[in-house]
Amino acid sequence: MALDPSLVGRSFPPTRPYAVTEERLRTFAAASGATWEGGPAPATFPIVLAFEAMNAFLESEQVELRRIVHGEQRFTYERPVVPGDVLTTTLSVASLRQIGGNDIIGTRSEVHDETGALVCTAGATLVHRAEEQA
Amino acid sequence: MTHLEPGAVLAPQEYAVTRAGLVAYAAASGDLNPIHWSDRVATQVGLPGVIAHGMYTMALAARAVATWTHDAPVLEIGCKFTAPVVVPDDDEGVVVVVGGSVKSVEDGRATIVLEVTCAGTKVLGMPRAVVAVDG
Repeated sequence: MALDPSLVGRSFPPTRPYAVTEERLRTFAAASGATWEGGPAPATFPIVLAFEAMNAFLESEQVELRRIVHGEQRFTYERPVVPGDVLTTTLSVASLRQIGGNDIIGTRSEVHDETGALVCTAGATLVHRAEEQA
Repeated sequence: MTHLEPGAVLAPQEYAVTRAGLVAYAAASGDLNPIHWSDRVATQVGLPGVIAHGMYTMALAARAVATWTHDAPVLEIGCKFTAPVVVPDDDEGVVVVVGGSVKSVEDGRATIVLEVTCAGTKVLGMPRAVVAVDG
């Protein structure tokens, strides 16, 4: 089932505030075999925030997660993420096209701190794989 | 950081990726997509088997950057996910190799071009990172 082209340009409600703690950074780093011993968060940590926003978006569009493959990801930082940050993420749909029956969804998730300042922008391309023909 | 000079080739880093690692990453990242832990679901949607989260592989690339640059602040990091990293259901898993070279250093920004492979196949497309450097 193809996605509705009118999604392009739409913004979804911000995620609930996410408190960045030392424990969460340690756990995230350990999951890829690294250690975190203070300082800025690992560079790909904001995927946790972007993912929550993406899940909410996919759910609202009734897209099955198992049909999604990650095509591209980019993080652009205004400043590092550090413990003590309380962050919210707002996802918007930047682009939508179809290739071979698959939807190629461009999303842009902006991560803001408690003061409303932009911390990081996470751009993701999601490939929504078509159902196999019976 | 004198080693971050244009043209410098950075020491390749090797990381093992196992099913246990994928489960830990699923929990830590919140990405519970079953294609990263269920062969049944992965093959149903046309994949060869359970594959690593693209973000897991990207986290390894970021880990190599942190090692090379002694945790220099990352300003940008990005890649395409061009080939799946298929992770077998055994204790050894697969090895992802992250290589890199310094493309440019200017205005306090060092651009590092990466090459990320698994069993000789490039798994990330155009992976690159920009880190802040002194001077």
